[in-house]
Amino acid sequence: MVPAASNARLAGRFDWIGWSSRHVMWNPDYIGKEYAPFSIIVDAARIAAFADAIGETSPVYREEVAARAAGYPAIPAPLTFCFSLMMDAEQSFLVHGDMDIPIPKTVHGEQWFNYHAAMFAGDTITGRQKIADMFEKKGGALQFIVTETQMDNQHGARVCDLKTSIVILNS
Amino acid sequence: MVTLTSFENIAIGDALPPVEIGPVDKETIAAFAKASGDPSPIHLDDEIARSSGLPGIIIHGMFNMAVLGRLITCWAGQNQIRSFSNRFAAMALPGDTISCRGRVAGRRQEAGEHLVDLDLEAVNQNGDILLAGKAVVAVG
Repeated sequence: MVPAASNARLAGRFDWIGWSSRHVMWNPDYIGKEYAPFSIIVDAARIAAFADAIGETSPVYREEVAARAAGYPAIPAPLTFCFSLMMDAEQSFLVHGDMDIPIPKTVHGEQWFNYHAAMFAGDTITGRQKIADMFEKKGGALQFIVTETQMDNQHGARVCDLKTSIVILNS
Repeated sequence: MVTLTSFENIAIGDALPPVEIGPVDKETIAAFAKASGDPSPIHLDDEIARSSGLPGIIIHGMFNMAVLGRLITCWAGQNQIRSFSNRFAAMALPGDTISCRGRVAGRRQEAGEHLVDLDLEAVNQNGDILLAGKAVVAVG
């Protein structure tokens, strides 16, 4: 189990001093690299706080009784909540650290979710992230890293596949 | 406007009930930072955001995507949603109002399921496209 992301730890990666002179290790040999599996529990209180923040008012995301009345076995995680599991499990900036890429040089270009089954509060999710693709556009002014993560629940069932496109801005 | 009843009643071009949020204030951004596990300082600290070449803090792209996701789950049950994706086209700033809309782009049968393809987008109060997205929903 991993702790929630801490502000202080991330802040270091946002240190801008000297970043523009830093050399980004761009190495397509990283394509196919697999990171160690991670495991994390889906927390009901976090789902409720997430729903509050995005203006989602349905009791389904807050009360087990309402979730069951709607036909779910437990409180479902909102559609994009699996990305928060990536953050909590310290997965979202793994490739940055691995290739020494300053976070401020990057933007989140695209995000894909494929759903195989719903994810519920109380589930223990095991995830596996890998680097699926790396490519350049505009003569290297834009460099892309595409990661893929598979998430399975405690029953061994595939829950969600995430694909994330990270864009390095070199201009 | 189309409500989700049966596959037969869904036609290409049908619009989903829209979802809007805003103006999104800094407290909401801070609440999302905590709830979503993304405390990156460009969403919380104006000074760091400006040093990153931004006008100030920006709203999380994943906040916008989460609101766009509400458009789908207001229409269909979570067990019916097969995929959801978007491109992050522009950044949203504190004070922006985010409007999400979607329409039926296709309907087909695959592996014994009736599937509906949705085209989605999120825009700000000026009509600038923040997100361009797609989703696939299984119906009936």
